[in-house]
Amino acid sequence: MTPKSTFSRKSALEEFGRDSSLSYLRKMLEIRAFELKAEELFSMGKVHGTMHLSIGQEASAVGANAALRKGDYLLNSHRGHGHCLAWGSGVEGMMAEFMGKETGYCRGRGGSMHIANVETNNLGANGIVGGSLPIVVGVGLSIKQRKTDQVVMVVFGDGAVNTGAASESFNMATIWKLPIVYLCENNQYAMSMPVQHAFAIEDLSTRALGYGMSSTTVDGNDLMQVYSAVKEAAERARRGDGPTFVESQTYRWRGHSKSDKQAYRTRDEVKEWMGKDPIPKFAKHIGLSDRELEEMRADVQNTIDASVAYAESSPEPRVEDIMDGVYA
Amino acid sequence: MREITFAEALREAIRQSMEKDERVFVIGEDIGVYGGAFGVTAGLIEKFGSGRIVDTPISEAAIAGACIGAALAGQRPIGEMQFMDFVTIAMEQLVLQAAKIRFMFGGKATVPMVMRLPGGSGTGAAAQHSGSVESWFVNVPGLKVVVPSNPYDAKGLLLSAIEDDNPVIFIENKLLYKTKGDVPEDMYRIPLGQAKVVREGRHLTVIATSVMVNRAMEAAEKLKEEGIELEIVDPRTLRPLDSDTITKSVKKTGKALIVHEAVKTGGFGGEILSTIVESDAFDYLEAPVRRLGGLDIPIPYNRNLEYHAVPQVESIVVEARKLARGEY
Repeated sequence: MTPKSTFSRKSALEEFGRDSSLSYLRKMLEIRAFELKAEELFSMGKVHGTMHLSIGQEASAVGANAALRKGDYLLNSHRGHGHCLAWGSGVEGMMAEFMGKETGYCRGRGGSMHIANVETNNLGANGIVGGSLPIVVGVGLSIKQRKTDQVVMVVFGDGAVNTGAASESFNMATIWKLPIVYLCENNQYAMSMPVQHAFAIEDLSTRALGYGMSSTTVDGNDLMQVYSAVKEAAERARRGDGPTFVESQTYRWRGHSKSDKQAYRTRDEVKEWMGKDPIPKFAKHIGLSDRELEEMRADVQNTIDASVAYAESSPEPRVEDIMDGVYA
Repeated sequence: MREITFAEALREAIRQSMEKDERVFVIGEDIGVYGGAFGVTAGLIEKFGSGRIVDTPISEAAIAGACIGAALAGQRPIGEMQFMDFVTIAMEQLVLQAAKIRFMFGGKATVPMVMRLPGGSGTGAAAQHSGSVESWFVNVPGLKVVVPSNPYDAKGLLLSAIEDDNPVIFIENKLLYKTKGDVPEDMYRIPLGQAKVVREGRHLTVIATSVMVNRAMEAAEKLKEEGIELEIVDPRTLRPLDSDTITKSVKKTGKALIVHEAVKTGGFGGEILSTIVESDAFDYLEAPVRRLGGLDIPIPYNRNLEYHAVPQVESIVVEARKLARGEY
């Protein structure tokens, strides 16, 4: 049996009003533009290392974050630019971090894979697949011990579900009824491994049932579906009824990282998913014309371009400070 | 002064910390009504309840992760691995997460946690329950590593570790749990990174850690009868290491013997040796610096083989005598 959410059938305009609906659309455009720019900077040789782009998955990040409150916690995955921006982090600090600058969120020490903004309870992206799953238990435990009504959302991919740490985490969270939203962004591939080969189950959310955890599967390219499922999960957590596993089914348009030749999938498959672009889908949903959407896109592009200028003019970390931050 | 055991001293430090600071809690396997595999947490669940003495399923990665997450979210957790050996399951969390989070996030996060590890041989527990793997952690910037050798230090160092804002690996040799010593009732602290000259002597400096301090003390009593006076230095903390106290003693005696239980190859003794020969103490050396460590074997089950797998009083006597007499 596949658990399905009883998510709200309200439209975005009914649920959020026009201004917030527009801001969510804008946020998706911002994520898209940020990552396209990141890709461009990489190909120009202006940044080094690697990056994991979430292009095509924007609705999942924005929808999920819209369902949480200020004061809640986020633990993010290696493919985390989208959630970081959706959480409210600024493009300037993000871009500066991406370019390894002192003005970046992590003073250029973390880079794309480790962006955090601890002041806002964004406890950071994680370079280890499944690495945040044990950690979320502690955040949940802390909330329970402090008796607040906070919630923690941990974002991870389909690959993380098969790690041993996932099992320990799911079990502990459930036996202690911790206020956790497990947001599994199933983008169909763990690097090159298709979910069909890595799982003997159809919907990954069924994995949670064996732990006694509530779970649901939604269309991750539909902002309202993700929002409703995460909202329901967060409410369950705040009531003290424990964690929920939300599987958000989506697709990354780009390869796993910058070195991926994508020999494991076809162009047709990518094209098919590009046809399910969450951005025009949501724009249409809230009644925006193509022209209005393009105007918004151009406006967002200016912000992103400005963030690049900011990052490029920012100072490099000083070698004299290389030992900073190892110990408190 | 009041005499209590090493285990009681640890328990008192935990109890006093928990009474003073409600953010402090303990998490581990069988630490509740069972009292912990070695009895360190006995009676604490009756006093503090299951919300702060948190019994877990067998999930070492999640125990470590729970400490990290709780620490990031404002608590001050004390984790317990039932045996030091089991930390292998939790290495990803301790090494890739706990140790690196602060640095990766540009010094903007703190991970105040203690992970207690009961280690060492001599209990007949064989190869998978007798490890001494402290040097693994010393090699990880971001962690602190503490190795108390007596009840007084155990309490004072644990109090400092709990109040430290960094992840601290706290290593407890199992043979020490029942050893007794004078321990004040007040909350005194021993700073991390401060070695102690536990015996003064003029012929030879023995730098010994954990249970080897006791064995070196016994060896010193035997050698005293031969007119050989050992000076014994207990580093107490391996990271940060108080190299000044060590080199000062070596400059005084001109000779050094390093003793630890861990396998000699790649063991911490190599680091102490380097500390000596890289310093101005080199000019004072009258003999090669020698190391005594565990044999390059897993700990055997057979009582006699187990005994001979690691340094004992007799082997320390033999080695120290040779060095003192110039018979190396």
